Amino acid sequence: MVKNFLDKIRPHFEEGGKLKSFRSVFDGMETFLLVPNTTSRVGVSIHDAIDSKRIMSFVVIALLPALLVGMYNIGYQNYTAAGVEAGFLEMFAYGLAVTLPKIVVSYFVGLGIEFVVAQWKKEEIQEGYLVTGLLIPMIVPVGCPLWMLALAVAFSVIFAKEIFGGTGMNIFNPALVARAFLFFAYPTMMSGESVWVSTDTFLGLGNQLPDGFTMATPLGQAGAGVEVTTPLADMFTGLMPGSIGETSVIAIAIGAAILLWTRIASWKTMLSVFVGGALVGLLFQACEMTALTWYEHILLGGFCFGAVFMATDPVTSARTEGGKYIYGFLIGALAITIRVLNPGYPEGMMLAILFMNMFAPLIDYCFVQRNISKRAKRAIK
Amino acid sequence: MERLFKIKKGLDLKLVGEAPQTNVREAAPGKEYAVCPTDFHGIQPKLVVKEGDQVLAGSPLFVDKATESVRFVSPVSGRVVAIERGERRKLLRIRIAADNAQVAKDFGVVDLSKANGETIKKLLLESGLFGMLRQRPYDVVPSPLEAPKSIFVSAFNKMPLAASFAFTVQGQEDDFKMGVKALAKLAKVHMGISPEQINTGILPLEDAEVSVFSGPNPAGNVSVHINHVDPVNKGEVVWTMAPEDVIIVGRLLRTGNVDMTRTIAVAGSEVKDPCYLKVKVGAALADVLNGQLETTEHKRIINGNPLVGCKSDANGFLAAHASEVCVLPEGDDVNELFGWIAPRLKEFSTSRSYFSWLMGKQHPYAPDCRIKGGERHMIMSGEYDRVFPMDIYAGYLVKAIITGDIDRQEELGIYEIAPEDFALPEFVDSSKLELQRIVREGLEILRKENL
Repeated sequence: MVKNFLDKIRPHFEEGGKLKSFRSVFDGMETFLLVPNTTSRVGVSIHDAIDSKRIMSFVVIALLPALLVGMYNIGYQNYTAAGVEAGFLEMFAYGLAVTLPKIVVSYFVGLGIEFVVAQWKKEEIQEGYLVTGLLIPMIVPVGCPLWMLALAVAFSVIFAKEIFGGTGMNIFNPALVARAFLFFAYPTMMSGESVWVSTDTFLGLGNQLPDGFTMATPLGQAGAGVEVTTPLADMFTGLMPGSIGETSVIAIAIGAAILLWTRIASWKTMLSVFVGGALVGLLFQACEMTALTWYEHILLGGFCFGAVFMATDPVTSARTEGGKYIYGFLIGALAITIRVLNPGYPEGMMLAILFMNMFAPLIDYCFVQRNISKRAKRAIK
Repeated sequence: MERLFKIKKGLDLKLVGEAPQTNVREAAPGKEYAVCPTDFHGIQPKLVVKEGDQVLAGSPLFVDKATESVRFVSPVSGRVVAIERGERRKLLRIRIAADNAQVAKDFGVVDLSKANGETIKKLLLESGLFGMLRQRPYDVVPSPLEAPKSIFVSAFNKMPLAASFAFTVQGQEDDFKMGVKALAKLAKVHMGISPEQINTGILPLEDAEVSVFSGPNPAGNVSVHINHVDPVNKGEVVWTMAPEDVIIVGRLLRTGNVDMTRTIAVAGSEVKDPCYLKVKVGAALADVLNGQLETTEHKRIINGNPLVGCKSDANGFLAAHASEVCVLPEGDDVNELFGWIAPRLKEFSTSRSYFSWLMGKQHPYAPDCRIKGGERHMIMSGEYDRVFPMDIYAGYLVKAIITGDIDRQEELGIYEIAPEDFALPEFVDSSKLELQRIVREGLEILRKENL
């Protein structure tokens, strides 16, 4: 039935059809609905059923727990700050209502650009943005305005991805580039004490908080040298102020389990980020340079989220198996170092990952070069 | 004692329709045979027959333009009925109507104990069996003017639905050993066997250095053996020969005739009665598949196994290097909804985002020939390396080939590989790149560059 419908409307989208400028949209919808039944021409006759659509879909699934808890947390923070008693559903509904526009804007702007580029390059639409488009709303504070988000999305899709040639060719993680763009272009909206709790009512839900209400994140408190008020249990469940999807360690752990089990994310990268972060955190703790213990460093901020969903991005991370250990370790180590040593940036994960994105090719180069010189030596012998 | 190599990386694929070893048949002599020059890489065919010429089994049909001593011969005696050409007069097929009474050209029986390398090489060249050799680098027919460092033979094949050589060699062990002995006169012979073959009739082999390779597919690929035993460096040449062809060499030495009979597997989920079939190279696939198919619509006939073999059709002929003919559903009439999220229990995948890991390794699948995804840039890392058991960065090598960076290809080890080594990476690739084609084209460009 679906097939017949698609066959019926296909002529409009082909060369000479009325809607030919929407060919990429049609292709996108067709492959979304039906598995393409083109068969192989040369090479292997049979193929593994995995494709990039499936991979990206599973990353999105892995992100869902963190997103759902994040939505609930938005409601929780608002109602707690207002001192109003409310049920679970009410809080969640408020969080959903606040978050959904961000997700819609992110997908609308990002996928819109992807469609246009695919049409222009006469290629299929690349699925990479399905993940990026969900990541971006999850790593910004809830107070980030929609127009800012749209601007950041457009910037990152065009300048971090498409100018390099699309998914698979980019050097930097596009979601982090979007965040970095906001961070440097609108620093007051991305950090500080006023952006972490949603202060307005929305569609009749939630509470209007007084103007000038502030609530710092635990990392912000630590950075400012104030005592951290969040109990350890909240750091696990994620009921604390922070970027929308980053707060709940438990939800992120579920996502991590999905990614590792399906082998979409490399356990080597993920593990080494935690090892790197823990060791350096321990070092600073031993030198008494930070108020937080090493495990608090790992539980707080974007560390877990970055380690699980950002550092493991296969495109921008190291591609050699040995290189993944070094790449991951340095991300963890750098993130904590930036947090502790640079008072200007309470959070270091974003910069650490972007920095290592830049160095991943260098790490790979060393490993590949080792193989090359081994081969060269063999030839001389 | 044999050296043992344990291969860890790789993937065994279990498909429906394996040929059972209890079912062996002899093909009836066919009416028509054909030799396809395109089966032999790296040569420029020059015809030496015309339509209407009478040939014997073992008479040359075409030679290599560059080295005319490299001949390619007719598998049967008969009359050349058609010479098919494609675009730009490219020679595609030479078809021969077989005589009822078969006559083979006599090359004389050779006494191996007295023969030297030159005699053997001359005999192989004249009988056309030299053309069955392949060389590393480039995976092409070797030049008789160059001396190889060594000759590698892999006595097993772990590709899905492949004919088991341990089985097809039975009863022909002496010819096989004689073939190895003859090759040993040309260069040192390395034989790779699977652990199951240690106590079979093909051993002991006094004339070859035997290594045992255990582990999953592609443990039987000759490139893997070369890479582990004696890797190819720049400027070196290694020859390889398929074990079925070693038997044909032995047969030639014993009888003085070229007898291209091979025991192939006829297999695949669409074959009614999978079996082993004794048949001559060049036989019409219509004869090979006689009575095995309900219809040829929406079916794919493959000359070879599903990973390495070439797509063919009912009008095709058994390829020179094929040791099996497989038929799978084409799949162009299948429409699956929401493949990106549906459970798709019948699909095999190495990814655990499908459920084939629940089924165990012995569960057979009946895949069709859909690509099951669109081509993308290389996204995932380490996919190729998991099924590529050589000390080579497969992904980086493919990138170097795509970008045409010849120096880097050399550095990364392109001289050690053949397109077939990229069959498994191509199968598992989530970006659906045509790796075997890319590698073949890369090798061709490199060879022309280095000429």
